[in-house]
Amino acid sequence: MDFFRQHILSIVAFWPLAGMFVLLLMNKENKALIRWWANLVVFSGFLVSLPLWFWFDVNNSDKMQFVEKHAWIVTLGADFHVGIDGISLLLIMLTTFLGPLAMLSSWTAIENRTKEYYAFMLMLQTGMLGVFISLDFFMFYVFWEVMLVPMYFLIGVWGGPRRLYAAIKFFLYTLVGSVLLLLGILALYFAFPTLAMQNPELAAQFPDTTHTFNILAFQAMAKYLSHDFQWWVFLAFFVGFAIKVPMFPFHTWLPDAHVEAPTAGSVILAGVLLKMGTYGFLRFSLPILPWATVYFVPLMSTLAIIAIVYGALVAMMQPDMKKLVAYSSVSHMGFVMLGMFALNPNGLNGSIIQQINHGISTGALFLIVGIIYERRHTREIAQFGGLSTVMPVYATIFLIMTMSSIGLPLLNGFIGEFTIMMGALQHNIWWAVTGGAGIVLGAAYMLWLYQRTMFGKNDNPANQNLLDLNARELATLVPLIIVAFWIGLYPAPFFKILDKPVNKLVETISPDYFKGEAPKAASAGETR
Amino acid sequence: MGQFFNMQDLGAIAPELELMLFGMILMIADLLVENKKWLSLISLGGIGWSGFFLYRLHGAIGSGIYAYGGLLTIDHLAWIFKLIFLIGAALTVLISMKYLDIEREQHGEYYALIMFATMGMMFMAGAMDLITLYISLETMAIATYVLVGFLRSNQRSNEASLKYFLLGAFSSGILLYGMSLLYGISGSTRFLDIAAALDQRSLNDPISMLALVAVSTGLFFKIAAVPFHQWTPDAYEGAPSPITAYMSVAVKAASFVMLVRVFMIALSPLYQHWTLIMGAVAVLTMTVGNVAAMTQTNLKRLLAYSSISHAGYILLGVIAAYSPPFSSATGMTAIQIYLLAYTFTNIGIWALVVALRSREMIGEQIYEMNGLAHKHPTLAVLMLIFLLSLAGIPPTAGFIGKYYIFAGLIETKHTALAVIAVLNAAVSVFYYLRIVAAMFMKESADKTRLSLSPGILVAMSVALVFTLWIGFYPDPFINLARELFS
Repeated sequence: MDFFRQHILSIVAFWPLAGMFVLLLMNKENKALIRWWANLVVFSGFLVSLPLWFWFDVNNSDKMQFVEKHAWIVTLGADFHVGIDGISLLLIMLTTFLGPLAMLSSWTAIENRTKEYYAFMLMLQTGMLGVFISLDFFMFYVFWEVMLVPMYFLIGVWGGPRRLYAAIKFFLYTLVGSVLLLLGILALYFAFPTLAMQNPELAAQFPDTTHTFNILAFQAMAKYLSHDFQWWVFLAFFVGFAIKVPMFPFHTWLPDAHVEAPTAGSVILAGVLLKMGTYGFLRFSLPILPWATVYFVPLMSTLAIIAIVYGALVAMMQPDMKKLVAYSSVSHMGFVMLGMFALNPNGLNGSIIQQINHGISTGALFLIVGIIYERRHTREIAQFGGLSTVMPVYATIFLIMTMSSIGLPLLNGFIGEFTIMMGALQHNIWWAVTGGAGIVLGAAYMLWLYQRTMFGKNDNPANQNLLDLNARELATLVPLIIVAFWIGLYPAPFFKILDKPVNKLVETISPDYFKGEAPKAASAGETR
Repeated sequence: MGQFFNMQDLGAIAPELELMLFGMILMIADLLVENKKWLSLISLGGIGWSGFFLYRLHGAIGSGIYAYGGLLTIDHLAWIFKLIFLIGAALTVLISMKYLDIEREQHGEYYALIMFATMGMMFMAGAMDLITLYISLETMAIATYVLVGFLRSNQRSNEASLKYFLLGAFSSGILLYGMSLLYGISGSTRFLDIAAALDQRSLNDPISMLALVAVSTGLFFKIAAVPFHQWTPDAYEGAPSPITAYMSVAVKAASFVMLVRVFMIALSPLYQHWTLIMGAVAVLTMTVGNVAAMTQTNLKRLLAYSSISHAGYILLGVIAAYSPPFSSATGMTAIQIYLLAYTFTNIGIWALVVALRSREMIGEQIYEMNGLAHKHPTLAVLMLIFLLSLAGIPPTAGFIGKYYIFAGLIETKHTALAVIAVLNAAVSVFYYLRIVAAMFMKESADKTRLSLSPGILVAMSVALVFTLWIGFYPDPFINLARELFS
């Protein structure tokens, strides 16, 4: 047990990979065995990650916990260094939670090259978890890039008609961002020894360190970095992370990738992969480059607001259900970025909660679209209508997730959007106004989609005899509904986990925040 | 004369002498041995034995020791490059055996020529003198011209050989012209004397400039840098595939060590000029190589352009390795790690290209790899790993090589070059993934039949082990490269 506790992060992250190696030994004709095994691995992976939630010390949620550090590439100063704080905890739980659901949803959808499919899914799971646990920038980068390969294959082999195009577009876009990110990392890497030499107090915190990729060392370095330097590195990081989020105008890979990817791929892509971009901002850009963060607020907020409104408008005009959900992602991630760059506790809290919410509600919507696609092999909205008469359970769940997505009170989306709007309002009233317009538009396209597909007359003969959800499909959706209600009704545990890391972030960026703006923050607390 | 011929000097060139000896043994054995398979084993034995002598030398040398009164050095840079040449030669022999059978050109000279070419390269790695450098360069080049045209009945092979020979001779001429100017300036053929003489002259001295331009043109020809790259795709396409592999790793590495020595020692006083030229050439080389590779449908041509673009990255490593006042450690490590990683990775890829050639099929078009993942899943995965390594995706050897290049550029404040380099690296993924897409995402072409042999499998396994080893745990290799500075 002690061993497990000391190495829990590595075990959680490499669990799927170990399962993949066993899977590779199986006979590719034995599809049932492969399916059972892959599902078993990710589900047990979720169970293995549960202790994190219970063992996590909420009172120290701004400190890195479950830390494990081993020398890796000594000549470079790169370590195997893992650890999580409150922010990464939530994203890890999201990943291990969505993984099994995505896997389960592919049970009947993937008949072709099953073994490879599940192998790539498992590899992807390890790649994503590795990104969230890394405390070493080199290691982070390795996971960040490795993860592209399985996703490329998932889109390119099991995707829709334009899969090759979508797969390469996804890969190239992300890679262009990542390599610039690498340059930013290298700039920090070479800045550290010089700064440590000039500032004894920094050197004292990290004794015996010359060249290092330690993220904590970089964060400690923040206040010594020159503005010019921060400006350039922020730009490099920005391109890397903004493509992943994706922020306007780097979002064009997303609709293609989403529409062509198989259902499980879309769920993981929307649910977890996009969060890697926002996580990058939270973990690196904000704490390491605080001056540049403040400097770039106008740019970032403008792009975020454009994404909110533009994403929503484009979503409204889509004839394809999946593309609609994909563009809604652009809009929702705009909210996440807007909240983040409000740079106050409410905005950041809401931004992180909204990341989780987006994973849940958009993940669920992709599952819902996938279910209808599997039955009808089309996603065109015009093909459907009045489905609620033949698929009542399906319609109910769709309704709940629609409400979650548009931010109806009692459901998770409300908590996230409301907190973000509060944060935005504290920062600038126009942010809140345009953000509010985005929420209205969001309600419009989602409700319109729901109305067109579920209500009205079911007059398309192909839709007369559709089967309602089976047990397996229910099993993929019910956990999401439960969590949606949990966050909607009782978000306190989440806010408690986020409280300290968020305050620490705010303090890094504006050291006087809690002194000068104390009354404002208190009143905001009361409103909540 | 004792100064020139003592036993110590002989010991310093023992690995080269071994290769020469085995080259001659091979030619004689060719007359006696009926089963030509033995010849390849003899040559592997020769390379191994030469490697053994090289290994023994490693303990005996420190950096900057000279043999033959300063004509040759046996420093760590030379040592590591000699290692790369031997690895390249051994892997080439391994992938040649079956190929020559298929082409019905199994002759002893083939292996003997590889021995002689490798010997020439090893002398190049240690040359500290223009004459030594030129003679060893020509030893390598002439052997390679013959090898490129080795498929006597194949028109393309003959054409490639002729083109390669003409342009090679032409570029050697230009190089020689530059060398004569350097001799005129310094009155000596030693690199150190030349550097001292150039240092005496003003920085913008026209004669020095002319020498610089001529020498760099000749050297850029040899490493196939843009705009002197036109011979490469034709020569690479027409040559027997194992020889293309050999050219793209060993001959390229040899040309680079020559370039590093000439620029960083003999022409070091002019570094402000040549880093400018080299920066422009490197950017052109990467970009043109990558853009041209995107449109290729012939696998060999695609890899030829890819190899051109890789030369561009290594040139950036040379810039990073000589940017006073910064330390040259990262840049020099970059050049060595990059070439080492590239050698293993590229041989791995070429092994598969060689395997695609069978009696029924030429196997050079990308579409001929369609659906390879269904028939040979393991080989397809190996190929995937090698391609990712060429593209510089972690955790593979190629990433560590690229990492060092970028790190060197950032450390020496060549930010603009670094940005261009990383964007090129990202773009290059496009054409590597085309091959991946053909293997994994296209429908199977029925006729694809691989002609695998134990030699190819061994070569691929070695390449795989090192590609992943350097990728996951590069410490031992980095330390090897860094000994230069200890």
